[in-house]
Amino acid sequence: MSDIFPKWTNRLPLMMITGALLGGTGVTAGVWYYCTNKYANVGYMPVQPVAFSHAIHADQLGMDCRYCHNAVEKSWYSNIPTSTLCMNCHNQVLKDDPKLALVRESAQSGEPIHWVQIHKVPDYVFFNHSVHVNRGLSCVECHGQVNKMDEVHQAKSLNMTFCLDCHRDPAAHLRPLDKITDLDWQPKSEESQRADGAKFMHDWKVESLQNCSTCHR
Amino acid sequence: MRYLLLIFALAVVVVMVVGGRRGDLSRRPPIELFADMDRQPKLRPQAPNDFFGDGRSSRLGVAGTVARGDHYQDLPINTGHMPGVTNVVESIPAEIKVDEALMNRGQQRFNINCSPCHGAQGDGNGITKRIGAMGVVADLHDPRIVKMTDGELFGIITNGKGLMGAYGPNVPVEDRWAIVAYLRALQLSRLGTLDDVPAPFRAQLKK
Repeated sequence: MSDIFPKWTNRLPLMMITGALLGGTGVTAGVWYYCTNKYANVGYMPVQPVAFSHAIHADQLGMDCRYCHNAVEKSWYSNIPTSTLCMNCHNQVLKDDPKLALVRESAQSGEPIHWVQIHKVPDYVFFNHSVHVNRGLSCVECHGQVNKMDEVHQAKSLNMTFCLDCHRDPAAHLRPLDKITDLDWQPKSEESQRADGAKFMHDWKVESLQNCSTCHR
Repeated sequence: MRYLLLIFALAVVVVMVVGGRRGDLSRRPPIELFADMDRQPKLRPQAPNDFFGDGRSSRLGVAGTVARGDHYQDLPINTGHMPGVTNVVESIPAEIKVDEALMNRGQQRFNINCSPCHGAQGDGNGITKRIGAMGVVADLHDPRIVKMTDGELFGIITNGKGLMGAYGPNVPVEDRWAIVAYLRALQLSRLGTLDDVPAPFRAQLKK
């Protein structure tokens, strides 16, 4: 009598269970690791139309962030400067460099340069730059050490947990107002940060806002 | 069973190689699998938008109009000179209250906007000069500049002069006056004599 079921089918149930377990674990781990902003958004470094280096301007030359992003303290968004602002220096510095041809052209014609936006939150998130930088939150908290980047890439996930981590405990992140654009600044110690942060929260009336309507309207 | 484990291991390796790690640099924009109303067809500042003919969402001012909150252009406080004529005002207009807050603001704004070229001390030794990128940078302690009236300084900050660009578009009116006030303090710091120092502190200086 021939076998209806060959011998290996005896192992079939075990293989199915192992396969399901492995597959399930694999898919779960994959989704956990890859399907998040920490993977999808962090590290995004598009090619910009002009090879502007923040490392040269902000770090080597020591320019303040607000020389260019000059409306960040008054406006809900941090502005990209006009090309005419670049020309304040570049009418003399590297004034014939081909790398800056687009900037000169743009300043002449008034046609904006099409910089590629990197840091994006969803359109139903209403993040306001001015309230954050005016009350002790440094650029570096969300943008990372842009002053060390030749080409800017996204350094933080900017997902909702990221925002809430800080909103639940602002004292851990607030710093003196004159250090807002000093991206290398570090608190002296964890304890001093705690103490200063609590004082800043009191002085500047910083609340730990966690209502939906704080960010979503 | 062996094959099953092998296939699984292979799949894991392939996913890890193709997917890479978190935080790896990438030129490609993030994939947004579910739209979730993340990107809405509304106007966002400084972003391209097809609604207007020139493709800009941030609108340029209409010629001959003043936007709400903008400064009316013919008052001394906004121009640094008398209305209708080119006579510059002698000193900071009375609307601007010169106090400690204004001086601090002026110092901060000076360090942001002016010090890259003129240097934090205003002596023309900013970073652009030191790296040899700029030839001529005015020494703000030069008697020629010390003698200028406040209105003249304000006008130069606003409209630029020679190779210096106009800072009017980037620095608000109040901040420009604050810079003028701070610049005066900077200049005084080099013009002072021993008599300007309050008596109790003089002995310390002589040491």
